Amino acid sequence: MGSRASTLLREEEIEEIKKETGFSHSQITRLYSRFTSLDKGENGTLSREDFQRIPELAINPLGDRIINAFFPEGEDQVNFRGFMRTLAHFRPIEDNEKNKNPTASEPLNSRSNKLLFAFRLYDLDRDDKISRDELLQVLRMMVGVNISDEQLGSIADRTIQEADTNGDSCISFQEFIKASLVEANINNTSFNHLTKKIKILMGAFFINATEANLLNKLA
Amino acid sequence: LLDLDTQALSLHTTWNSFLLSLTDWATLRIERGVNKDLDSASEFEMSDIFYFARRGVESIMDDEVTKRFSAEELESWNLLTRSNNNFTYISLRLTVLWGLGLLIRYGFLLPLRVTLAFTGVGLLVFLTSVIGLLPNGRMKNFLSEKVHLMCYRICVRALTAIITYHDSENKPKNGGICVANHTSPIDVIILASDGCYAMVGQIHGGLMGVIQRSMVKACPHVWFERSEVKDRHLVAKRLSDHVQDKSKLPILIFPEGTCINNTSVMMFKKGSFEIGATVYPVAIKYDPRFGDAFWNSSKFGMVSYLLRMMSSWAIVCSVWYLPPMSREEGEDAVQFANRVKAAIARQGGLVDLLWDGGLKREKVKDTFKEEQQKLYSKMLVGTQEDRSRS
Repeated sequence: MGSRASTLLREEEIEEIKKETGFSHSQITRLYSRFTSLDKGENGTLSREDFQRIPELAINPLGDRIINAFFPEGEDQVNFRGFMRTLAHFRPIEDNEKNKNPTASEPLNSRSNKLLFAFRLYDLDRDDKISRDELLQVLRMMVGVNISDEQLGSIADRTIQEADTNGDSCISFQEFIKASLVEANINNTSFNHLTKKIKILMGAFFINATEANLLNKLA
Repeated sequence: LLDLDTQALSLHTTWNSFLLSLTDWATLRIERGVNKDLDSASEFEMSDIFYFARRGVESIMDDEVTKRFSAEELESWNLLTRSNNNFTYISLRLTVLWGLGLLIRYGFLLPLRVTLAFTGVGLLVFLTSVIGLLPNGRMKNFLSEKVHLMCYRICVRALTAIITYHDSENKPKNGGICVANHTSPIDVIILASDGCYAMVGQIHGGLMGVIQRSMVKACPHVWFERSEVKDRHLVAKRLSDHVQDKSKLPILIFPEGTCINNTSVMMFKKGSFEIGATVYPVAIKYDPRFGDAFWNSSKFGMVSYLLRMMSSWAIVCSVWYLPPMSREEGEDAVQFANRVKAAIARQGGLVDLLWDGGLKREKVKDTFKEEQQKLYSKMLVGTQEDRSRS
């Protein structure tokens, strides 16, 4: 009984996390029990192996990159605060938040922070640019062995060509934002069709039916 | 475009929902490309990673598999400490109730049950050995049946298991195979107290081994040596030999291969469905409010598990005997297994999962990731082929 009490979440911590991430009280306790069930070593932190144990994540082509996003530079363990901070990026933007204090620091789930999360999935060395190599790496992860090097190279070249506006053969964060938002404005009819399934404004980042169910479960 | 859909559906059938959502998304992407009036309909877009990122984080928040290997979470507390993960002091009255419950369970129920358990097991070993001395014949079978039933019923009382049997007209008959979902070793006692079965399993040492060896004296069970278990042909041969002998009892098998927490049914191993005998599916559903029957073998050994069982309030469960099924024309063993699994899941109100229960201990195979990659590549490359054609 004693050891269990020490791993329980204290009220002050819940309040801090709430302020930092915007999750509700019940969502935080729910995610905390999820965190502890993943934490097989019972030491209050998760390692990469703990994430790999989730089968649906292990078979995701970008699984390793996503797991990486949870761990700060050079560290191998993530605690609950770090876990929540990363998950906070995926919280949907609620309308009432837009009217909040405009001088407060940007919330973790703001549009640009979501895009930054996606940008960092590409930009492994954190130099704020997606180089051709980095793009190729992610492409290779997504297609496996099914596309040849030359074809993949030409896809990468074309992508950089379309997105690169300042001619440095790399994609900066601003260019990335523009490239992701472009398709949203192309054709209104297909746009409406798509919003039923995947709310496009930032690709598939916003909430869809599955996410809605998930966050309802958390509530 | 349509080819992409049908191809995806005929791939590995276990990946239906996952691949379906991927193809939905892929189709929409392609449609979006087609609707664009641009010359170069871009196949790959940087935002494609959003889909995979979202799926990944969704599975981190909650996934269908890992939660099946630990006890089900209850909505309200049933006064057992073990069921409440956030056990803290709430009120005096609740603590007093809990203390009273503790007293009753450990002071009164537990000793009573342990005595019964020892009696039941002891009688089983002794009486089956005695019967084993008799010559084979109707008398032996009759006595063996009576003895087995009696001892199992004593064990049922030892656990205070309150069992409701439904549809007993479908009870398994000789020459058939009984398959059921697996939650704990108690499943065996529950089923065997209502009918006689031939057990299948590996020979253990210790007390288990003693019980197994004496049981087989009274009537034929199928016990394997550890070395024989790996040899699939040998296993299949022995099972089919047993099944073909109509005088022998129906075989009891748990095709999941491991204990699952009774909220879902996981992949059935196809071995028992290849033999060609009639399959009698049985669904077992425990009521978690009285005691959690799931055996989390990585957390508890057998003895501590049994002690926990005997100090719960009761084991309440329902058993449904489903109508017999046989393999149909043109159906292979895997499809047959999935059909039986779906029937059991439907009856027991369990989630029908295609994941392998072996994921409890092992890593998932890379082939599943490779299939997703293949599908995504088709989407990229496929549109290029369309364009070169037009």
